[in-house]
Amino acid sequence: MAGSVLLTNIEVPGIRDFAVYRAHGGYQAVEKALRSMTPSDVSAEVTRSGLRGRGGAGFPTGLKWSFLDKRSDKPRYLVCNADESEPGTFKDRYLMQHLPHRLIEGLIISAYALGAGTCYIYIRGEFKYLVGILEKAINETHRNGFLGSDILGSGFSLNIFVHPGAGAYICGEETALLESLEGKRGNPRIKPPFPAFRGLYGCPTVVNNVETLAAVGPIISMGGDAYARIGKGRSTGTKLISACGNINKPGVYEIEMGLPVEEFIYGDRYCGGIRNGKYLKAVIPGGSSVPILPADLILSTAKGEPRLMTYESLAEGDFATGSMLGSGGFIVFDEDACIVRNTWNLTRFYRHESCGQCSPCREGTAWMEKILYRIEHGGGTLKDIDLLVRIARNIEGNTICPLGDAAAWPVASAIRHFRQEFEEHVTDPGKCRNQRTN
Amino acid sequence: MIKLTIDNIPIEVEEGTTILQAARKIGGKVVPPAMCYYSKLKGSGGKCRTCLVKVAKSSAKDPRPMPKLVASCSTPVQDGMVVENLTSPEVVEARKGVVEFLLLNHPLDCPVCDQAGECDLQDLSYGFGMEQTTTEEERREFNETDIGPFIKLHMNRCILCYRCVYTADQLTGNRLHGVLYRGDAAEIGTFIKNSIENDFSGNMIDVCPVGALTDRTFRFKSRVWFLKPMNAHRECTKCSGKVTAWMFGNEIYRITGRKDQFGEVESFICNECRFEKKDPDAWIIEGPRQISRKSVISVNHYETLKKPSVIRPIEGRMESTD
Repeated sequence: MAGSVLLTNIEVPGIRDFAVYRAHGGYQAVEKALRSMTPSDVSAEVTRSGLRGRGGAGFPTGLKWSFLDKRSDKPRYLVCNADESEPGTFKDRYLMQHLPHRLIEGLIISAYALGAGTCYIYIRGEFKYLVGILEKAINETHRNGFLGSDILGSGFSLNIFVHPGAGAYICGEETALLESLEGKRGNPRIKPPFPAFRGLYGCPTVVNNVETLAAVGPIISMGGDAYARIGKGRSTGTKLISACGNINKPGVYEIEMGLPVEEFIYGDRYCGGIRNGKYLKAVIPGGSSVPILPADLILSTAKGEPRLMTYESLAEGDFATGSMLGSGGFIVFDEDACIVRNTWNLTRFYRHESCGQCSPCREGTAWMEKILYRIEHGGGTLKDIDLLVRIARNIEGNTICPLGDAAAWPVASAIRHFRQEFEEHVTDPGKCRNQRTN
Repeated sequence: MIKLTIDNIPIEVEEGTTILQAARKIGGKVVPPAMCYYSKLKGSGGKCRTCLVKVAKSSAKDPRPMPKLVASCSTPVQDGMVVENLTSPEVVEARKGVVEFLLLNHPLDCPVCDQAGECDLQDLSYGFGMEQTTTEEERREFNETDIGPFIKLHMNRCILCYRCVYTADQLTGNRLHGVLYRGDAAEIGTFIKNSIENDFSGNMIDVCPVGALTDRTFRFKSRVWFLKPMNAHRECTKCSGKVTAWMFGNEIYRITGRKDQFGEVESFICNECRFEKKDPDAWIIEGPRQISRKSVISVNHYETLKKPSVIRPIEGRMESTD
């Protein structure tokens, strides 16, 4: 695959084993970093690469690293956020399952750059089978001298621990993740202070997504500038997109940023078009939390330019006519899909996953779910639709963590673009063949 | 010292102060309401979102506004900050939304609730609530439970402010209750039925902003506005012994901590003072407590409190009005 950076050599049999991975150029980036670069060189290289957080927010990784409290004499921690629970997103799982050493390599280099002596991989509880894969890989790496004390005689020591969560979506929020890692209830913390100052056990901490950290190895190998040349504009490098829904070839694809959305959906190398020759109806381009877009707006922006797979292009037109790249969970709906039913399903998820700490999210997510349940089951009124818009507006931006926004955006955007469908579910229940009227 | 303005009123405060504390220094209408923040409980605040304010200017150095409304209880002040509370329609709108959310599952049982008359949520709904309900959804329901010999837990009324959790954490050695489950299924409980018994558990009642935790020794005895709050004290080995005795005639109906204008107790008191000393002879009664004129508690006997010289004995006043 051209532009393959993260998933290089994934097709090699036995690449999960240390020896095979090493024979295919693995851990050369670690050697390069630890032998010939200072920690600040590594950070500078990552900053130059323009790498942005792949967990959804797209915050520049180099900048995030630079916030780490350097005056503190407390130990520093690197935490890898592997609590991938966003509906529609399954890229980290794929990466960890097939290329665990890519992640570990990235962790060693990142921890070296940050001066962290301990690294935790907080992995989603449902990914239990990955814990064994990762721990086996960590042990192998340990045995071969790339982990433990005084790695490659550089004086740098690192230990990596895998910590499974208990299956809460909210623990993917970085401060809730830290609370959970400390053994507490996974409630997001109130910021400030940010984890860079008071993170895990009150120490300076950096929390990064699996894909972000995995990209650090290739960045050091090829150099930050070379990485920055891949992609388009401020969206540099490659991105893993997990495509699902009514498409011919669902799966995880590594794309170069800047690929036209149309090519991604219809191109034979990617999704391969809509299943059974149906029409495209709508797409949620970045995991369930981001606004849904109808077919015309996902293929081209409101200005008529083709929509590209970049942070900027997908956000073009803000929320009125745009969406977000998010975590790259690309959910495609064909003409038969019912937007109301889908929106209800999503609100059901957010209601279940809200931590219940702050009132707008706790009450609002449940309220929206109840109303959408009624609309979907034929008991809605036209007023309910406006009420949903108002609830979503009252939640958005008024909560402790972004889960409130994540719950509000899908509802607000679905009504914005598919209002007629909601109205039909109220005025003509049963017209939509997916609607359950009982 | 740090200079900032809140609703165009300038104030100087020390570094590290939060916006809410700064507003409390000004006092009056600019003080954002707080349902979960409690200055005496470390870590409290940020949850109820009623104290949201708009920061129109972050600081003198960085004049950009903050992108979202911020919780004033947990946002530290910065020099040159411009804060908008009631002057911002956006804040008022958001606060109305929050009140709507808080009332969504809160039962309309004020007529039988012991907290009525001194309930923060009542005050808040009066200030920012809607005139009519917008929901037709059923409210969540729980059974009433006794957590210990003195405290009744009425989970239906709880707004999950976490104050009682922090109280138990910070005043007692062994917290037995906490928040179980999550989202709208979250509830306060002891998980396995347990009795909360320690010398300071009663303070959970004082910190509760609603009627979720009530005093079992006072349950259904009287409405609070029929009682006279009197400052009283006694020699106590466990606490300061300074309390408010809520009296009817010469009888003490209940004992609470002395609450200031923001509804926070001046000092936490022990269970012995609170629950076991209902005999007026056990106390040295200092005199009537200052109660805000606006409070429903002052409706009956306390109209003239601001001018102590005209306070007459209650019996005498009743004779004169007859």
